[in-house]
Amino acid sequence: MSGAQAFRPETDDQLLEAVRWLVSEDAPAELVGRGTKRRFGRPMQTEHTLDLSALAGIRLYEPDELVLSAGPGTPMADIEAALAEARQMLAFEPPDLSALLAGGDPDAAGGQRRDSLGGVIACNLAGPRRVTAGAARDHVLGVEGVGGHAMVFKTGGRVVKNVTGYDLSKLLTGSHGTLAAMTHLTVKVLPAPETEATLVLSDTDLADAGRLLTTGMAEPAAVSGAAWLPGRLAAGSFGDVGAGVVLLRLEGFAASVADRQAALAGRLGAGRLGAERSLTVLDAEAPADRWRGLRDALPLTVLNADAPLWRISVPPSAGAWILQALLRPETDDIGLLDWGGGLIWLAVDVAAPEGDAGETRVRAALAAVGGHATLVRAPDPIRAAAPVFQPQPSALAALTARVKESFDPKHLLNPGRMYAGI
Amino acid sequence: MKMPELDADVLARRREIVQALRRIVPGEGVIDSEDEMRVFESDGLTAYRTVPMVVVLPENTGQISRVLRYCHEHKIKVVPRGAGTSLSGGALPLGDGVLLGLAKLNRILEIDHDNRCARVQPGVTNLGITQAVAHDGWYYAPDPSSQIACTIGGNVAENSGGVHCLKYGLTTNNLLGVEMVLMDGEVVRLGGKHLDADGYDLLGVITGSEGLLGVVTEVTVRLLRTPEATRAMLLGFPSVEAGGDCVARIIAAGIVPAGLEMMDRPAIHAAEDFVQAGYPRDVESLLIVEVDGPPAEIDALIPRLQEIAREAGAVTMRVSEDDDERARFWAGRKAAFPAVGRISPDYYCMDGTIPRGRLPEVLTRTTELSAQFGLRVANVFHAGDGNLHPLILYDANNPGELEKAEEFGAEILKLCVEVGGVLTGEHGVGVEKRDLMEVQFGEDDLKQQQRLKCAFDPEGLLNPGKMFPRLHRCAELGRMHIHHGQMPFPDIPRF
Repeated sequence: MSGAQAFRPETDDQLLEAVRWLVSEDAPAELVGRGTKRRFGRPMQTEHTLDLSALAGIRLYEPDELVLSAGPGTPMADIEAALAEARQMLAFEPPDLSALLAGGDPDAAGGQRRDSLGGVIACNLAGPRRVTAGAARDHVLGVEGVGGHAMVFKTGGRVVKNVTGYDLSKLLTGSHGTLAAMTHLTVKVLPAPETEATLVLSDTDLADAGRLLTTGMAEPAAVSGAAWLPGRLAAGSFGDVGAGVVLLRLEGFAASVADRQAALAGRLGAGRLGAERSLTVLDAEAPADRWRGLRDALPLTVLNADAPLWRISVPPSAGAWILQALLRPETDDIGLLDWGGGLIWLAVDVAAPEGDAGETRVRAALAAVGGHATLVRAPDPIRAAAPVFQPQPSALAALTARVKESFDPKHLLNPGRMYAGI
Repeated sequence: MKMPELDADVLARRREIVQALRRIVPGEGVIDSEDEMRVFESDGLTAYRTVPMVVVLPENTGQISRVLRYCHEHKIKVVPRGAGTSLSGGALPLGDGVLLGLAKLNRILEIDHDNRCARVQPGVTNLGITQAVAHDGWYYAPDPSSQIACTIGGNVAENSGGVHCLKYGLTTNNLLGVEMVLMDGEVVRLGGKHLDADGYDLLGVITGSEGLLGVVTEVTVRLLRTPEATRAMLLGFPSVEAGGDCVARIIAAGIVPAGLEMMDRPAIHAAEDFVQAGYPRDVESLLIVEVDGPPAEIDALIPRLQEIAREAGAVTMRVSEDDDERARFWAGRKAAFPAVGRISPDYYCMDGTIPRGRLPEVLTRTTELSAQFGLRVANVFHAGDGNLHPLILYDANNPGELEKAEEFGAEILKLCVEVGGVLTGEHGVGVEKRDLMEVQFGEDDLKQQQRLKCAFDPEGLLNPGKMFPRLHRCAELGRMHIHHGQMPFPDIPRF
């Protein structure tokens, strides 16, 4: 058999057969769901494609049991619609990066998200609520899949409390399809908050942001979203906010939100902010779409679509000053903070280009505090040359390689997507 | 219980091994007299006992790395141990193995309020973390019932839970990073103070790996703000079904209580006889519902919960007015195990998890099994997350009764799996449930788990005989049986 094969199995058995063929031919393949994150990770040289989009559909949803199972190709739009009907949610607020990665108009799909459950899980993405709810990995209960040994295996289950055997579900979550082709995913769902409110602190620069985010997160108010946008990126959603805007979200039962909002405003507002700052509150009618935009990194879509983008995970209290240090003077480098400072989005100025999309200085900035940086968007040649994910120390890199081998000894599934040779 | 065969070659070299270990861990850190080693012969699963070949109590990561490297080079088995509170025999020693005790690594290294985390050594107790930060209004959320004694290192190994998991998660959801030594002595760091570790989620897979993948030498845990207020409700129901229905209605109303515990009639009576918590004796199921948060939230939730309980048919309903009363509500539940211990010479605690809605069915069938085996059973249940703890009452002095209790327990766990649940929710597989793994997993599922083990410990030296019913050599697990040149799937749709 020669020529590029594009398999689109409709059953688990068909997928198993396809993987068997890859094994017998020693032929690596790219795993694809709905394709919105194909440009996330390192470019690959795979000839064949394993398209999982037909392994779709919600197979079990029991709101009372807080559990949902679905195929990897299930559109996230379908899942969110089903959850909304029972006033539930995936608490980790999975982002849809399609506007950012695939380009184009975020509203092109009529406001519908375009990604799949499998892609969200494979990339372990989480939105602003990461600070309280955790990431995708905290909500995956069970996975079935086919590994590079061409065997079907299952791990985990459908219950929250489960310590039976190794938690391979977590390992598969965030493995970018390099360990197994998933056929069945079971996730924990939670009640959606009754209401929400957002404290908006205008005219705050990065130094203010560092202080306010750290203070806000340390309050008993249970802040479930804590972000800072510079004025230029905030303008679309918030109008003129001066240097920038700090957003602190509170969610829950109405009485609770009102109470915490008053307490938090008292702690952060008025005299403590300085005379020139202003504090306003967006109620439940307004903030949802703004947080959704932040979740999907939409503020960054106003920038040149060729600007390299970094997603940087740091100790939250270091976020503001690391971002400050990464903004080169006299350039249009720009960034925003999420996760109470723990997540930095950095856009490198295309008019002041660097051969490595800023990789050297980004990694250097992390050396002192720990954390990791992912080059989420850059031209293919740069993503092929610079490590897209954080390079690992040698002992850890060797362990990572052995873990890959234990699932996919012939390197057939998304080879090189995360690291060269993995 | 069949354990790996003793390695005569290793035992013959015992003296030489002890000397070599003394060179790595000087002073009293190496114990080789049988009398002194006897305290380490079992963990919380006391039915199984083995005196180890030698006990080593290192003081730092460097010593642990050197001990493991030495054992790796000389093919010596190692069993890590925290406080030894495992209920599944995870720290059961091996007669030809080193028992590696982590108790001396008991310092809190750093408390970082700005990043809401603490960096601690593995021998710090679970409660010790909370005690170190409580005065500033913080706490560490997972609270296994052994929290006064169990260590955070053991919590990582077992992915320990507690009564507040539904709202706050298990250990795995409350960790930011670890430092870990692999069997070959290599030291790796996973995660840190940032929210998500990079690369494969090795932190996730280490958590709950029961000491089979590495030895954790430092842990960074997430700290949470102590809730401003907490109140509990005590609800009695005329049937188990009604209690279960109440739980489902609470969840359906969008409420995730901090704690949601259920007890059945035998457990209620045993607890009430023991601590006089004021539990009603004329109900079939008792729920403790605890809510925490700002006072305004609690004040809003309590009436809602009362209404839900009434709709579900609660026949008794009390709300704690102060922390003393709340403590009394919990006293019976927290004393449930010793209370059962008082009415029976021995009891055997099971730990399956089931989809919550199947509770009435599982309890009915457990009652049938109880009659069949001629052994009494009392049930306590983490109702929020489906984790069931049947306590089987038996008398080890009656010949054959321990075996009968174990057989009964195995039947309950099989039942849990049959209704869509799992063998263990928080106590771990260890040696106890090892031979039941094939009830829940197929051969290929277990092979994939063991292949992962090979990535960490290819010689199988770290805590062997636990978790897996059969040991396979790594080379055998790596084999693939694929015939070349087949294209047996003409039907797969392609583009």
